[in-house]
Amino acid sequence: MSAAIATQAAPDGGRAERPRSVHPGLVRLVLGLVGLAGLLLVWWVGTELLTPQASFLRRFSPVSAAAALAGLVTGSDLALHILVSLRRVAVGLALALAIGVPLGLAVGRFRLFDAATAPSFQFLRMISPLSWMPIAVMVFGVGDRPIYFLLAFAALWPILLNTAAGVRGLDPQWLQVAQSLSATRWETLRSVILPGILGQILTGVRLAIGIVWIVLVPCEMLGVSAGLGYFILDTRDRLAYDELAATVLVIGLLGFLLDAATRFAARLWSS
Amino acid sequence: MTSPRLLSAERVSLRYSGAARPVFAEVDLDVGAGEVVTILGPSGAGKSSLLRVLGGLQPSTSGSVTIRGTPMHGAHPRVAFAFQSPGLLPWLTLERNVAFGLDFKRQPRLERSELAARVDAAITEVGLSHARHLRPTALSGGMAQRAALARCLARQPEALLLDEPFGALDEVTRGEMQDLLLKVVADFGTAVVLVTHDIDEALLLSDRIVLLGGSPAAPIRDWRIALSHPRHDLVAELGAIRVDILSAMRGLRSRSREPDYVI
Repeated sequence: MSAAIATQAAPDGGRAERPRSVHPGLVRLVLGLVGLAGLLLVWWVGTELLTPQASFLRRFSPVSAAAALAGLVTGSDLALHILVSLRRVAVGLALALAIGVPLGLAVGRFRLFDAATAPSFQFLRMISPLSWMPIAVMVFGVGDRPIYFLLAFAALWPILLNTAAGVRGLDPQWLQVAQSLSATRWETLRSVILPGILGQILTGVRLAIGIVWIVLVPCEMLGVSAGLGYFILDTRDRLAYDELAATVLVIGLLGFLLDAATRFAARLWSS
Repeated sequence: MTSPRLLSAERVSLRYSGAARPVFAEVDLDVGAGEVVTILGPSGAGKSSLLRVLGGLQPSTSGSVTIRGTPMHGAHPRVAFAFQSPGLLPWLTLERNVAFGLDFKRQPRLERSELAARVDAAITEVGLSHARHLRPTALSGGMAQRAALARCLARQPEALLLDEPFGALDEVTRGEMQDLLLKVVADFGTAVVLVTHDIDEALLLSDRIVLLGGSPAAPIRDWRIALSHPRHDLVAELGAIRVDILSAMRGLRSRSREPDYVI
C-alpha cells in the first residue's frame, strides 16, 4: 500500500520546483575546511605578515613548517617518535581499561561501594596527572614505566565514571530477562551488562584519548629519549624551529585522527 | 481440557524486609496444563509480586511453589516470563534475541541444530520469519512484543507467566497478540498465568479469573469461564460475569477506603 502511495506521489514530487537541497554532511565538510583555512591564515598572518623581517617568530611560519614537515615525513625519525608515542598511549589506555572497567562495574552495581569510593575518586580525579610526575619517576624509575602510569592515571577517570554511569543506566528489564533465564553472574555480565554498556565505555575511551593525548607530550619531556614530547624539546635544543612547528602540527593532526577513529567506532557500535 | 496442578502455589506469602505487613499472605493458586488463569486486581494489589514469586524471580517469605509437584528454587527452565515491555536486547538481531539464554549453563543442554530448530519454530509461530535479521529498533511495538513471546516459546515452556504483556499495545495489535496467545495454548498445552487490570482482556482469554485484593492481598473471588474461543461474540454470556467482577472490584475499593494506614 505504501508502494502505491509512493508511485502516486513520485510524479508530483518530480514536477514540483523545490530548491535542491545540498547534502548536510557536505555542508559541514565544506564549512569545516573553510574554518581550517581560516586557522591557517591566522597562523600565516601572525608569523609572517605582522612580524618584522628578521623576527624570531618567522621561523614558525606555515611556509617553513610545511617545508620541514616534508623533510620529516620522508625521514625515519618522526615515524619512530610517533610509533613510540602511540605505543605509550595504547599501553596507558589498556591499563586504564583493565582497571577502570571492573572498578566502574563495581561502582555502578554496588551502592555502598559507590558511596565509599566516590569522594576519593572525585578527589584523585581533580589532581593533574602531571603533578604525580616526580613521584612516578621516583617509584617507577626513568623510562617508559612512569609514563604508562601517568597516562593510565589520566585515562582512568573518564573510563571508570562512564562505565559506572552505563551500569546504572542499564534497562532493568534486561537484567530481569537474564534472571528469568537463570543466568549465572558471569552469563549476566557477559551477555547483558558488558554489551549493554559498551557504548558508554566507548564514550569513556573517547574522552580518555583526548586527555591522554594532551598529557602525553609533557609526560614525554622527562627522562625519555623518544616520543613526540621528547622530539619537541629535541627540535628546540637543535634550534630547528621549523621542525618544532611541524611537530606541533603532527601532534594536532594525530590527535584529530585518534578522536575521529573513536567517534567512528562509537557510531559503528550504535548503528 | 485442563489437567490439574501443573504449577501450584501453596500458602505463599511475601513480605519485603522492613515492610509493616505482607504484600500478600497465604495464597493458594493452581494452574493446569492448557489452562489460562488471570490474576485480576486493582493496581498495587500485589499481582506482579505474586507472579514473580510464581516464576521464581522473587523468593517467597513462606509457603512453596511447585511445578509438577517438585518444589521450585529460583527460576525454572520450563517456566517462561514475559513482561509489559518486551525487553529485547538492542544489540542482537531478533533471531538472536529469541535464542538468548538458551545456551546458558542452567538451561537444559541443547544440540546446536536443536537450538536453531527451536528458534526457527518460535519465530514462525509468532509470524516474524520475515523480520528475523532485524534489530529491535527496527521493530514496531507489536512485533517486539511478538519477539518477546517467541523468546519464551523457544524454551518450550510448560508454564508461561505474563505480566501485563499487552498493556502498551494499540487495540488491534493487542487483539492479535491475544489470539496468538490462545493459539499457543491450544498448540502446546501451555499453562498460562496472566496478570492484568483489564477485565475485558481477562474475560476474552481466561478459563479462570482470580480477583486479588485486600491488604495483605489474597484471592477474594474466583470465576470459571467454560466458554469456547473465540469469545468476541459472546457478549451476553460474558456480560453477566463482567458485571459480577466489576461489583466485586468496587466492593474491594470501598473496603480499602476505610482507614487502612493504622500503624
